[in-house]
Amino acid sequence: MNLDDLASSSGEWLRGSGPESDIVISSRIRLARNLADFPFISRATDADRAEIERILHGRIDALREAGKAPAESLYLKVSDLPEVDRQFLVERQLISREHANSEGARAVVIDPAERFSVMINEEDHLRIQVMQSGLALAEAWEQINKLDDLIEEQVTYAFHERLGYLTACPTNVGTGVRVSVMLHLPALAITRQIEKVFKSLHKINLAVRGLYGEGSQATGDFYQISNQVTLGQTEEELAKKVADVVPVLIDYERQAREFLIRESQETLHDRVSRAFGILRTAQTITSEETMSLLSSVRMGINLGLIGELQIPTVNKLLIHTQPAHLQKLSGMELDSSDRNIERASYLRRHLNGDNKGSAANN
Amino acid sequence: MKCQKCDRQATFHITDLIDGEPSELHLCEECAQAFLSPAQEQGQEMMPAMAGLLAQHLAVGETADELARLDQRACPVCGITFLQFRKQGRLGCPHDYVFFEKELEPLLVSIHDQTRHVGKVPKRCPHGADQQTQLIRLRREMKEAISAEEYEKASELRDQIRTIEASFREKTE
Ligand SMILES: [Zn+2]
Ligand SMILES: [Zn+2]
Repeated sequence: MNLDDLASSSGEWLRGSGPESDIVISSRIRLARNLADFPFISRATDADRAEIERILHGRIDALREAGKAPAESLYLKVSDLPEVDRQFLVERQLISREHANSEGARAVVIDPAERFSVMINEEDHLRIQVMQSGLALAEAWEQINKLDDLIEEQVTYAFHERLGYLTACPTNVGTGVRVSVMLHLPALAITRQIEKVFKSLHKINLAVRGLYGEGSQATGDFYQISNQVTLGQTEEELAKKVADVVPVLIDYERQAREFLIRESQETLHDRVSRAFGILRTAQTITSEETMSLLSSVRMGINLGLIGELQIPTVNKLLIHTQPAHLQKLSGMELDSSDRNIERASYLRRHLNGDNKGSAANN
Repeated sequence: MKCQKCDRQATFHITDLIDGEPSELHLCEECAQAFLSPAQEQGQEMMPAMAGLLAQHLAVGETADELARLDQRACPVCGITFLQFRKQGRLGCPHDYVFFEKELEPLLVSIHDQTRHVGKVPKRCPHGADQQTQLIRLRREMKEAISAEEYEKASELRDQIRTIEASFREKTE
């Protein structure tokens, strides 16, 4: 198992199954943890960071040898990776953009099926995350809770009796938990209701982010909804708060889709068909246009307007047409205009019926 | 069904979130359009900026002199000053939560609305880790001693560090 194998595969969380997976792409939970005997990253010297990375590497190897962590999990020193590989891991949502671009010794542990990853020396010493396809927050919590226990057998976490797990930023103190679901909400965007939805979410202290986290643009109508509060409520309560709002958003999106079908079926069908047509025939195409067209196609499949394509394929294309993925898959370094040509060619290969058999691979 | 805002036929049925509770709205197309059209300001500022929050809370009841004095306070373990924390929005070590407890309190209230953790507790050190915190301080002091060429002091510190580290190893094995 290496990074190139990872590039041509596609993670468990993209498999497009699980409850409500027409609208809920994935469920994620992350925990922020710090070692009690080191300064937080902002005050850590280069030597401290290297030492933290060395210690955690050793403890994770110990877990693997004891058969408690998957033996095939990948330990990557992010600080040693070329830029395209770091970008690749960001596109795959296995590390954050901050982790890819920061300084000093840092690493990531990756489960080959992409059910979990552990960032070392991100904003906190440890950022543990678990991913699931569809709406499955309770399962995700159960898994990450176990993973956290396993790591805690090996290290002493910074913890305060009254304040809970101590984190570099006071916004994460307490549980250190961020519970999030990624939703596909194209009809709410088309009917221009999305801003209103976001405002309501802000009012109940839930955050909305784009596909690639903090500050990223919401491309292709994909949105991450997550908790902002981390102190004073249990992890289960925080997960439940996110889980409770999701069915409302799903219902809202379904109503908007029904409205579009009822009021303007031809326009909607036209939009979906044109999107599919462009994706199958374009000779050069940007990442943004691809995302936006795939979003329409994805909705079209869910509404039965496109029959010959499956959701997992679309989910995979969303990730595999990102810049670093295209370069990893083609084995070439490509500038932006070459990438647009390669992206169009990749889409034509995967979306035209004569090539169904090889769609699973590159 | 009639529109809830006028007398026309309601053709648009909206589930709105009001204070987190879903509530049904039945509107005619025109009223729905007005209801749904995006408001002027963009809700782009997702997370309240830390710096802004801090400034806001520290301004209350602090004279310029008091704030200046506060800013100079430095954590004895990692050395971060309150001013540095205010500038970067990130703390320097676990002990900062103890050392700057009073200053952080209003910030925690404004972010979380709470000041007491009720979630998971680690099995290993549920009551905190003072000895571990001392290690952070000792390592920093050792580094400073070395750069000041006070080698005798540095080696004393190194021995203290080793003693504590060895006691941890005994506990875990
Ligand atoms: Zn009306
Ligand atoms: Zn400190």
